[in-house]
Amino acid sequence: MTEPLLRVDGLKTHFLTRAGTVKAVDGVDLRLDRGEILGLVGESGSGKSVTGQSILGLVDPPGRVVGGRVLFQGEDLVGAGEKRLRAIRGRRIAMIFQDPMMTLNPVLSIGTQMVEAVRAHEAVSRAEAWERSRRALARVGIASPDERLASYPHQFSGGMRQRVAIAIALLHSPDLIIADEPTTALDVTIQAQILFEVQKLCHETGTALIWVTHDLAVVSALADRVAVMYAGRVVETGTVAEIIGAPRHPYTRGLLESVPSRNRRGVPLRSIPGMTPSVLDLPEGCAFRPRCDRPTAACTTMPELAGERDDRAWRCWNPVAAEVRGDAA
Amino acid sequence: MLVFILRRLAQSAVVVVAMSVLVFAGIFAIGNPIDVLISPEADEFERAAAIARLGLDKPMHEQFLRFVDSALGGDLGTSFVHGVPALGLVLQRFPATLELALCAMLVAVALGIPLGLWAGLKPDSLAGRVIMTGSILGFSLPTFWVGMMLIMAFAVTLGWLPAGGRGETASLFGVQWSFLTADGLAHLILPAVNLALFKLSLVIRLARAGTREVALQDYVKFARAKGLAPARIVGVHILKNIMIPVVTVLGLELGSVIAFSVVTESVFAWPGMGKLLIDSILQLDRPVVIAYLLVTVLLFVVINLIVDLVYSLLDPRIRLGGGRA
Ligand SMILES: Nc1ncnc2c1ncn2[C@@H]1O[C@H](COP(=O)(O)OP(=O)(O)OP(=O)(O)O)[C@@H](O)[C@H]1O
Ligand code: SF4
Ligand SMILES: [Mg+2]
Repeated sequence: MTEPLLRVDGLKTHFLTRAGTVKAVDGVDLRLDRGEILGLVGESGSGKSVTGQSILGLVDPPGRVVGGRVLFQGEDLVGAGEKRLRAIRGRRIAMIFQDPMMTLNPVLSIGTQMVEAVRAHEAVSRAEAWERSRRALARVGIASPDERLASYPHQFSGGMRQRVAIAIALLHSPDLIIADEPTTALDVTIQAQILFEVQKLCHETGTALIWVTHDLAVVSALADRVAVMYAGRVVETGTVAEIIGAPRHPYTRGLLESVPSRNRRGVPLRSIPGMTPSVLDLPEGCAFRPRCDRPTAACTTMPELAGERDDRAWRCWNPVAAEVRGDAA
Repeated sequence: MLVFILRRLAQSAVVVVAMSVLVFAGIFAIGNPIDVLISPEADEFERAAAIARLGLDKPMHEQFLRFVDSALGGDLGTSFVHGVPALGLVLQRFPATLELALCAMLVAVALGIPLGLWAGLKPDSLAGRVIMTGSILGFSLPTFWVGMMLIMAFAVTLGWLPAGGRGETASLFGVQWSFLTADGLAHLILPAVNLALFKLSLVIRLARAGTREVALQDYVKFARAKGLAPARIVGVHILKNIMIPVVTVLGLELGSVIAFSVVTESVFAWPGMGKLLIDSILQLDRPVVIAYLLVTVLLFVVINLIVDLVYSLLDPRIRLGGGRA
């Protein structure tokens, strides 16, 4: 097996708060090949954003990566110094955030924010950086880029701002883009447009993508592979067809059954009973136990992430039978 | 932008008109204007002549027009003590006060913003705590006491700096300034620091609070994710955002610095408007007091106007009217 672009091994990021240690990410394993699109799925609070930020060392105190490795082309980013990380951020690994209203600095023009992003990694003139920014804006479908570069964020709609953020992420043709729910705050038609464009751009440039979302429908349309997170851990991973067609973890199955589907019309939607546990006091053993419909005595100890292959695995003592579901994507 | 400036100019004009009505009411309509405008030593004959000259037997609106007319012409009465026009006397002292106030502001900003940034970026560090404790002291110690301590320490005991006066001055634009000569600058340091102390504490607190808030914003994290150097993130992304409240508050405070300079000018025998005001009050030189009030009102209006303009330069959301494309 060739060395993957990114391999995350047992990543742990904890927040040392007054109320106690919040184990937001507590042993996450991921792998991603060049040009591959990975959907990172899970309920709110499952640790998706913290995982994404930990990869680039962007977690603010009181949060800290306390264990594990982030191997990017074989180099461990967890031990890397701030200077080395800075050289990677934006150039090799770029990031797009959830709320486009908050990710651009309100008092700096779009041009300033793009030009500085170019010049952070390449010693080019302002004019050259401006020209590069113009082209990047045109590429994400923004008309009259010169005028747009002179504008300020408040003059843009949410969808336009997210396009700008995507244009910034694409500036240096990175190897990997981590997109943290970039379309959640937008309305549905814009969501679809942006989804389509990002997918197209990544295919064109061979950029790998981690697309964080809580929406399985989005993932099935976009991703090659999926990792499902629950309470700070990956509980199941596989190709889109495997996850959608034959989920093995009860939580994944629950997620799928709560997504409306054409082929199951008439069957009532199910929701997973109970609530996301507080990461401050997780049950012993499998974190999903209180909400699971098939727990056994074994479930009081933590199951390993294991399965058929390295990239087809689940974290459950009593996995769901591998029947092929009727509504496979 | 032009529309914005014109709109603010119009607003300022309205304020000035309203204030002149108030000052008119204060001097002419309430109480006996003769007491305010004519020396108490004047005899019966002089009083009658003055009443006719000032038109006090005329109806109210005519009196108001006369007041506006003479005020526009720069005539606010003659100083009893110095025998020269009161307005001229106040204006002549104005550069000294302005110089002191601006220097104090400069000290407050030049020290306050870096200290506040530091305390905001590292709130739990020792330096951060020391800075905050210092700013509490700056708030609570009385200005005149600190002023006297400064004189004791640096002028009397150490003998490094002069204790009072403006020192040597040099002329620029036909006005005498202390900061242009080495001796004048030496005289300026202690009073400027004294006057700056309160504002310095204020700037530190504003900058610290702003930094703590802004540093947590997504756009700062996004700036880091772009791979920007810390100097650029702090010096541009954070600084530009915290400057908005700092400039607003400081601009509004410039007026109060000029007002507060009364205390510092008295302690350091600095010959500015504030010292003139205290002297005039003590000597019952009423026209000078009135002129001081009017000049101060105008000053506040002009300062507010400038603050608004600078503010709009810093914040594109205001400059561009908040509309979306
Ligand atoms: N600064 C912080 N201090 C303490 N706890 C934090 C902090 N940031 C995140 N957490 C905790 O980490 C856990 C995971 O948060 P994270 O933002 O990664 O969730 P998420 O899966 O991205 O959810 P969402 O879909 O809502 O974005 C949450 O329980 C949250 O409370
Ligand atoms: S390990 Fe047990 S409790 Fe956890 S999901 Fe599997 S069956 Fe349910
Ligand atoms: Mg999130």
